[in-house]
Amino acid sequence: MLELDLTAELDRQLSVCNACRYCEGFCAMFGAAQLRTAIGSNDVAYLANLCHDCRMCFDACMFTPPHAFAVNIPAAMSAARVETYARYAKPAVLRRLLATPRNAALAAVAAGIVVVALAIALWAGVAALWTPQLGAGAFYRVLPYLAMVVPALAVTVFGAACVVLGVRHYARDIGGGVRFVTAPALWTALGEAVTLVYLKGGGAGCYDEGRGSGRRRFYHGLVFWGVLADFAATCSAAVLQDFVHQLPPYPLLSVPVVLGTGGGIALAIGAAGLTLVKRRSDARPAEPRMIALDNAFLGLLEVVALTGLALLAFRSTAAMGSLLAVHLGAVAGLFVTAPYSKFVHFVYRLVALVKNASERTGGSS
Amino acid sequence: MGGPLDAPVLLTSRPPGRARPREVDVVICGGGNAALCAAITARRAGASVVLLERAPQYMRGGNTRHTRDIRIAHAAPNAAATGAYPEDELFADLLRVTGGETNEPLARLTIRESTGLADWMAEQGVRWQKPLTGTLHLSRTNGFFLGGGKQLVNTYYDSALRLGVQVEYDATVRSLELDGRCVTRVVFETGAGEQRLACGAVVVAAGGFEADVDWLREYWGDTASGFMIRGTPYNTGLALKAMYDAGAKPAGDPRGLHCVAVDARAPRFDGGIVTRIDAIPFGIAVNAAARRFYDEGEDLWPKRYAIWGKLIAEQDRQLAYAIFDAKTAGRFIPSAFRPERAGSVAELAVLLGLDPPALVATVAEFNAAVRPDCDVRLGALDGCGTAGLIPPKSNWAQRIDTAPFYGYPLRPGVTFTYLGVEVDAQAHVLAQSGDRFENLFAAGECMAGNILSRGYLAGFGLTIGTVFGRIAGVGAAQYARA
Repeated sequence: MLELDLTAELDRQLSVCNACRYCEGFCAMFGAAQLRTAIGSNDVAYLANLCHDCRMCFDACMFTPPHAFAVNIPAAMSAARVETYARYAKPAVLRRLLATPRNAALAAVAAGIVVVALAIALWAGVAALWTPQLGAGAFYRVLPYLAMVVPALAVTVFGAACVVLGVRHYARDIGGGVRFVTAPALWTALGEAVTLVYLKGGGAGCYDEGRGSGRRRFYHGLVFWGVLADFAATCSAAVLQDFVHQLPPYPLLSVPVVLGTGGGIALAIGAAGLTLVKRRSDARPAEPRMIALDNAFLGLLEVVALTGLALLAFRSTAAMGSLLAVHLGAVAGLFVTAPYSKFVHFVYRLVALVKNASERTGGSS
Repeated sequence: MGGPLDAPVLLTSRPPGRARPREVDVVICGGGNAALCAAITARRAGASVVLLERAPQYMRGGNTRHTRDIRIAHAAPNAAATGAYPEDELFADLLRVTGGETNEPLARLTIRESTGLADWMAEQGVRWQKPLTGTLHLSRTNGFFLGGGKQLVNTYYDSALRLGVQVEYDATVRSLELDGRCVTRVVFETGAGEQRLACGAVVVAAGGFEADVDWLREYWGDTASGFMIRGTPYNTGLALKAMYDAGAKPAGDPRGLHCVAVDARAPRFDGGIVTRIDAIPFGIAVNAAARRFYDEGEDLWPKRYAIWGKLIAEQDRQLAYAIFDAKTAGRFIPSAFRPERAGSVAELAVLLGLDPPALVATVAEFNAAVRPDCDVRLGALDGCGTAGLIPPKSNWAQRIDTAPFYGYPLRPGVTFTYLGVEVDAQAHVLAQSGDRFENLFAAGECMAGNILSRGYLAGFGLTIGTVFGRIAGVGAAQYARA
């Protein structure tokens, strides 16, 4: 399996890094690598997810190809992250979705749309797909509340369980039998994750379209806060419906619509921006398999954001039924593929950050 | 950027009164730290600037690529360094490593100007970072730039290009055309052929000549064949030769070179910092005959580190081997390649290509001379020396008896050469006859020997290069635009 070759290759490259140490100021990965005289596959799983792919170390390295030392840490780390996602995917049989992310995303979205459209046709008749619906409960006249919530909850619970199982396995491996999750370490790691501090390159930014760029971190922030705002919008809508007993659609200035619109716009801009930044970046420090995962996941987010915004814009028109089918289908595609897509990156990265925080304070090593 | 200079553009319209047609105000020969500092400074002073870098773009920056810190005097903590490092203390450090052989006015000038470098470098976009771990406690005397020397070079190129400096890669300087003591044209080659660039002033900042092994052979004989070159293969001293051909006065010992022990398995060129081997004080060093040849425990860093290059150069085929055991493995800074490892001294000898009985005998003789009751403390001169052994090991002598046994094959690795040209305080190159060239300036490694005549002072080469690069850039711009 490729994994063994990758471990040997990173062991070789990091022995150059550990002798040099010039990149120590960019991120936490190099400091963590220095604590390890030999790199095993669990070290690779840990270090690769500690790497945030800012690529400054590639730009700063005098030993990149064609130098005989052929050091290319971002590419090797990206490859190792792809391996991590596959190795810890549960159930294991679904890990092959990670090998064809574009097809998996397209198939999931297409299936989602077909299923939702069929459900609408069966419940409200085919005409509901092109008949305007107005007033409270308009969406539920097209598709009943339970038909939306029950499958969504089922997919979410299943996906979350799969991710949790995978991450527990991951944490056990990188911990090497030592528990490293403590409250202070978790707090430090959350702070580092939310601020994306390791996309700052120690103050230099990222090496993408140009040198010292802040774009990657900016767009990544938009995606993150956009997703969070959309999640908050969903929660606030549930509160309005179940506790205040107001049925959607909600007015433009209501909490769910403001959060959802803001989040959708942020997500749409962020996902498009990140895709463009990655496309325009120097390809040498990139890993094609990771780029494929990035593009599929960002594309999925983009579709969800744009169809959500379109649904909001045209919810009072004849297009509402069809747009609802497309948007819910895309959301279903996103959720179904989540445990086998780039979605999982933040969970592994957060665990790696916790381990690093614990390691730095002497929690374990 | 990077295309050949097919048809040199008339970069400035000169006021009448100048006899010579001019294509550019200032030509910089070289593409490392000193060259870039000169280019940026000259351009900021209003001159049009062409920079001729011999390397292709991906190898640009000379040996600056392998640096990571710069020595700066400072009265109080600043963005780059902690505490205070008075000018007199830096000067005393310089006298200590050079044995007093320095051009004092130039040295004092360099040190005085170094006090402003942290701010100037930050203005060019250089970022300072907290001192790295394992960097020999230099946080007070030296500023560490984020990402090391290649990042510094990248930052300076970005800055120079933004300012409008024209950069030519793959441009090899061949000669300087003269009119009396005035350089009129720089002759250089690119893929497009030979070109003669008419200019107002020239700054040569093209490093030393350590990558020209034939040139080294002139002073070192066949010994030079065993040298590894730790830096760029493009430092062959062609621009230095061009200055000598023009009548420049040499400065520095032609045989002088800084040379440390490096891993013999490393690439011949450009292994940088990661191939140096710091293991010798932790065990013994033997030559190709498996015999010890020098006191491995003589002194602490940096002396113990810097002397071994030349000691190994004196050995047969310029080869030596550091031998140690499990007790000291992992106690020193790691290098890029793992040591050879074996269960017995004889097996280790086989792996290293040494005669097994000879190495076993040498280790046994050494072990028998170790004082068994001594409390070995690496990190200080512990006085744990051998008894009755020639040569002795004066400190840190402990038996090599615990498997696994380790060994590194070693060669001398040349960091830089000291030979250059003599300059004055305005970075003007001096002629053999004692007068100075009107418009020829030098900065960096090719004049550092005026100040650092021998020895090694971490980060001070970059100080000299930055200070004299700026002086040369201002001087060249002023001359060209006067």
